[in-house]
Amino acid sequence: MAAAEVQTSPQIAQDNTWHGIVLASLKRNEISLVPYVPDRVLTMLIKNLHADPFFTTFPTAREEEAVGIVSGAWMGGRRGAVLMQTSGFATLANVLASLAMPYQIPLIMFVSERGTLGEFNYGQSLVCRTMRPVLDSLAMEHHTCTRLDEFAFICDRSIKQALTTQAPVALILSPLLTGGKVFDK
Amino acid sequence: MNTTPARNTKVMNRFDLTSRLIAKLKNEEAVVGGIGNTNFDLWAAGHRPQNFYMLGSMGLAFPIALGVALAQPKRRIFALEGDGSLLMQLGSLSTIATLSPKNLTMVVMDNGVYQITGAQPTPGAAVADIVAIAVASGLANSAWAADEEDFERLIEQSMSATTPVLIGVRIDDKPGVGTTRRDPVQIRERFMHGLGVRQPL
Repeated sequence: MAAAEVQTSPQIAQDNTWHGIVLASLKRNEISLVPYVPDRVLTMLIKNLHADPFFTTFPTAREEEAVGIVSGAWMGGRRGAVLMQTSGFATLANVLASLAMPYQIPLIMFVSERGTLGEFNYGQSLVCRTMRPVLDSLAMEHHTCTRLDEFAFICDRSIKQALTTQAPVALILSPLLTGGKVFDK
Repeated sequence: MNTTPARNTKVMNRFDLTSRLIAKLKNEEAVVGGIGNTNFDLWAAGHRPQNFYMLGSMGLAFPIALGVALAQPKRRIFALEGDGSLLMQLGSLSTIATLSPKNLTMVVMDNGVYQITGAQPTPGAAVADIVAIAVASGLANSAWAADEEDFERLIEQSMSATTPVLIGVRIDDKPGVGTTRRDPVQIRERFMHGLGVRQPL
């Protein structure tokens, strides 16, 4: 468990954990539709999104399905964001290049980073190495979030930039921020 | 052409069916056209600002339409998809069944082939029943249209449905009648104008 997860009271916990910051940033920017393909690291965030009636949050069978859903919703006037893990991002090159980018859709993605800083599955570590080259090849905005003290700023500014410039953004949640998934889990 | 045996549904035509659908739309209903011939025939049936044309992302017509349906629950959304495209994203049927939007009508244009790439048969062409797959995915309100009149009846019924509707149509192997103008930003912007999300500059 990351130091960021240490909690003293529920209220403070909501505000001072990385997942509390994600939830608050989504709400502050009126992002209410949050489809996801889960990851162990995202468990608390997903649980808290489900518990909050502001959000419509649900699992999809594939990550590109979730990208299609939030793209349609944004065109219909409702903001969304997608949660996934690294291997899920690796399935997205086609939809990023043929829907999100050319149609100028502010696709907001939170990607739990697997495959680095203590990965125990060789396949995950290889998949992870494909992520940033794909993002860079499309000149997509992305940030690797490692520090709790910067995280609210990065979330809020990145969401606002995506919406105002109508361009996708990927926020990569490093194990340095989340604690990651460790060998014994 | 679809060679699935023991099905008594008539083999129809995509452009004809799309035109029949468009002729019934009086309330600025949204229509999402899947990649290739499906949206080419939607374009050819007469451009409307409420039409969205996909130029890639094969298989995502239903997910995109689901997103529009969740954003605008008072508007009816139609989604047109090919059988080959749907086979790429069968999981989306379960997602839609679970969320159960009241305002989503899905049409599957089933010719059993990837017409646009040279009419190669799909892996499901000889064995899979798209409507049976939809029912098993949780979309109880799914049916094959027996002929053109039945298609029109099913479309009309769907307009007042309280669960998502899927209509399967067997179609011939003809290509699309027109070609969508491939300008994704204009397509998206006009769609947003058509849905009342934005005003033109």
